[in-house]
Amino acid sequence: MKQLVILSGKGGTGKTSVAASFAHLLSQQNTPFKTVISDADVDAANLELVLSPSSVSREEFWGGSIAEIAPEDCTACGICAEVCRFDAVNIKEGIYSIDPIACEGCAACVYQCPEKAIQMKEEMAGEWYQSDSKYGPLFHAMLFPAQENSGKLVTIVKQQARLLALDEAYDLVLVDGPPGIGCPVISAVSGADLALIVAEPTASGVHDMHRVLKTTAHFGVQALVCINKADIYPQGTNEIEEFCQQEGIRVVGKIPYDTAVPESIVLGKPVTEYQKESAASVSIRWVWEEVMKVLQEMEK
Amino acid sequence: MKISIASGKGGTGKTTIATAFAQVLSRAKYSVSLLDCDVEAPNSHIFIKPELNQFEDVNIWIPSVNAELCNGCGRCAEVCQYHAIVVVGGQTLVFPEMCHGCGSCTLECPEKAITEIPNKIGQLEGGLSSEGIKFGHGILDIGEPMAVPVIRTLKKWQGLNEEEIVIIDSPPGTSCPVVESLRGTDYTILVTEPTPFGLHDLRQAYGVTRELGIPAGVIINRDGIGDSGVEQYCKEEGLDILMRIPIERKIGQGIARGKTLLEINPEYEIPFQQLYLKIKDALPGVDQI
Repeated sequence: MKQLVILSGKGGTGKTSVAASFAHLLSQQNTPFKTVISDADVDAANLELVLSPSSVSREEFWGGSIAEIAPEDCTACGICAEVCRFDAVNIKEGIYSIDPIACEGCAACVYQCPEKAIQMKEEMAGEWYQSDSKYGPLFHAMLFPAQENSGKLVTIVKQQARLLALDEAYDLVLVDGPPGIGCPVISAVSGADLALIVAEPTASGVHDMHRVLKTTAHFGVQALVCINKADIYPQGTNEIEEFCQQEGIRVVGKIPYDTAVPESIVLGKPVTEYQKESAASVSIRWVWEEVMKVLQEMEK
Repeated sequence: MKISIASGKGGTGKTTIATAFAQVLSRAKYSVSLLDCDVEAPNSHIFIKPELNQFEDVNIWIPSVNAELCNGCGRCAEVCQYHAIVVVGGQTLVFPEMCHGCGSCTLECPEKAITEIPNKIGQLEGGLSSEGIKFGHGILDIGEPMAVPVIRTLKKWQGLNEEEIVIIDSPPGTSCPVVESLRGTDYTILVTEPTPFGLHDLRQAYGVTRELGIPAGVIINRDGIGDSGVEQYCKEEGLDILMRIPIERKIGQGIARGKTLLEINPEYEIPFQQLYLKIKDALPGVDQI
């Protein structure tokens, strides 16, 4: 079984549109890989908006714990505020309390409080779901606003997708990754066999593509690049191609800007399904074929 | 006045707004600082082009165990909430990338065998733009998971957060890096695009500002690209639509070249002045300085 993760560094380059199209193409007859789909962007989980799944199960995500002071036991000695390195202890008119948003859950105050007036309280930080879609099973999640531990939730979503894939003999786990390069991205990359980077030929897009490619290299994951909205700024597209050539990274296709993409998002369909012959669909299919070849090569 | 610019979805135009807004205010002789808190994918400098001449490492203080003093009791591993320190076969091992630098193990070690050493996870860079914008950004090192300490250090750096007007360019999403960026700001501009993706993620982002108790308004970017869902949502929620920027190839191409919205189309000066006035009116209690 293989794991393919779609990343970009910069947000909004088209990861989800590409992932949804891949899910669609992989669900067709004679598919090279029977696929489980997972959405690893738990802050902004959009894949379900295009795959229209029906929910199979919903589970609570208990992210982490935060400290809480029992006011009746607190003697206002101030030790908690002294040991907290996250400025999470509020003092108002001599009353001590923990700011749940600033608290990182380290529990230093819990251990140092001489009155044992502080306890850790578990927090429900989100939900994760197993769903069925006509493109295959989908694992996705929702982190509640302003919560921590999105990396941990990404790990759960991926683990669950993997377990089902192993149980029911699927060949591929397709992971729609989050933007950035930090904790949730590291969770999304972990265990991946191949990363497809959706780059954008803009000054920002090129800058962030460099960073995400360094990240995949750091974790020893092979990366391929496709260039989205490639015709918006041809100079940027050339820059990406030259850079990739220098670095020995394959550019597996260029996707032009195409109004069929936003239209398909509005209709809640993968663009390859919405307008099979549109320029974006044809080029995404091209990218898909190339990625499949690389995955098949790995299988051997 | 501290104004943060956020969005649930990535690539909606946060940096486009932040940089043009800072330019307009700076031209109006406000003293302005711009803090790019998207430390995973920082891009504001590409547009503002500051002369970066100030640099500082961001470190987390991680435990270092003195093997001669350590008796392998395992108290450190017991108190660590992040599994960043473990005792295996009588030996105490530290996993730096898991450590939040809370110092709990140092405090709890009965043998006083733990001291703390700096572990670099990123750096800060700062300088002035040619238009006089005080600029700072953080850069998370490759392979490091924790953006929050870099953002936290940036926000305390060199008085950047004390200017007359502070613009904070937030990372995308709705979790801890966004919270750290928005904390302490007086107003948040939520940038979105009018598509079902944009709407879904706007809901989540608005959830964050509500959780933090920060007043917010919306900018619709690429107006005309999708549907009217965002518009309806704003109406239902009573969220102000502060500005609309139409979908235009010329803007997309200019941004791709590293031009600010104002450089692409100088006519945006007035809408951004209006934006500032709208925010000011929405915050009667907030001091400008």
